[in-house]
Amino acid sequence: MNFFVYLIAMAGVTYLIRMIPFTFMRKKIKSVFIRSFLYYVPYAVLGAMTFPYIFYSTGSIITASAGAAAALVLAYFNKSLITVAVCSSVVAFITGLII
Amino acid sequence: MKENTYVYGLKKGLATGLGYLSVSFGFGITAVGKGLSGLEAILISLTNLTSAGQLAGITVIASCGSVLELMLTQLIINLRYCLMGLALTQKLDGSFTTMHRLFISFGITDENFAVAAAEKGSLNRRFMYGLMTLPIIGWTLGTALGAFAGQILPAGVCSALGIAIYSMFIAIIIPDTKTEKGVLWAVVLSSALSCAFYFVPLLSKVPQGFSIIICAVLVSALLAYFFPKNFEEEE
Repeated sequence: MNFFVYLIAMAGVTYLIRMIPFTFMRKKIKSVFIRSFLYYVPYAVLGAMTFPYIFYSTGSIITASAGAAAALVLAYFNKSLITVAVCSSVVAFITGLII
Repeated sequence: MKENTYVYGLKKGLATGLGYLSVSFGFGITAVGKGLSGLEAILISLTNLTSAGQLAGITVIASCGSVLELMLTQLIINLRYCLMGLALTQKLDGSFTTMHRLFISFGITDENFAVAAAEKGSLNRRFMYGLMTLPIIGWTLGTALGAFAGQILPAGVCSALGIAIYSMFIAIIIPDTKTEKGVLWAVVLSSALSCAFYFVPLLSKVPQGFSIIICAVLVSALLAYFFPKNFEEEE
């Protein structure tokens, strides 16, 4: 498959999802079920994308587990996106040096 | 500082831009690791501006999946931008003509939405252009650095950076699990279901793009039924 077919399909869908409601919708969604559904989608998506894949993200389950543990602890204490991302990488890297 | 200026928007987008720079560095490395070229990775970041969608997207592309699988994956994973866009339309001032909406809608991301939604009063288009500028530059530049510097950096550093994008996901979802039972259940259930798709022999034949869709739709529907959100309190 040609890469540009993938690229256009991917960027096109993503843009339309952002553009259509932002540009044309002038009312509010009333259904509590649909609004609740949309509210939970990001959490469900990111949970499903993170586990179990995070444990295979560094090529070593041991370094990845150490990095994941660091990320969970820092995120629990509301640390910023950049702090969590950088610190967990550093922890994974240092663990790699030790083992 | 005046709150309807481009420069004020730039300042508000600085932290997000820096965060994106570090996370997309990891995305660039991952994309090249999956067999994409550096230029392809950069084009994806420049035209999509979304972490989870892109990561799932390159997974489908690397496995030579169908375009339908790719489009459905993007639709479900990025559906949240639809809600965020809807929420933002309630706060726009009179400066948003249809043409400006067409451009500004491209910049709706989790973090930009969070910053814009937290602004007091109505939003001006100049502020929104400022807000999205640095995140777009940071996301694209970081991808380029990751894709090319990734070939120079020691292997140990590269593999350690592969975790960055997943750690960012954790940083987004974990804080809200402390205060909201529904969110906690959503994260736990979808993670468990995703693991089932990965480890259970028959289920593991389902392509990753589809398994994420199934997890997201099933879990979100369950939670919307059992833990409907009380939106009246917020408004």
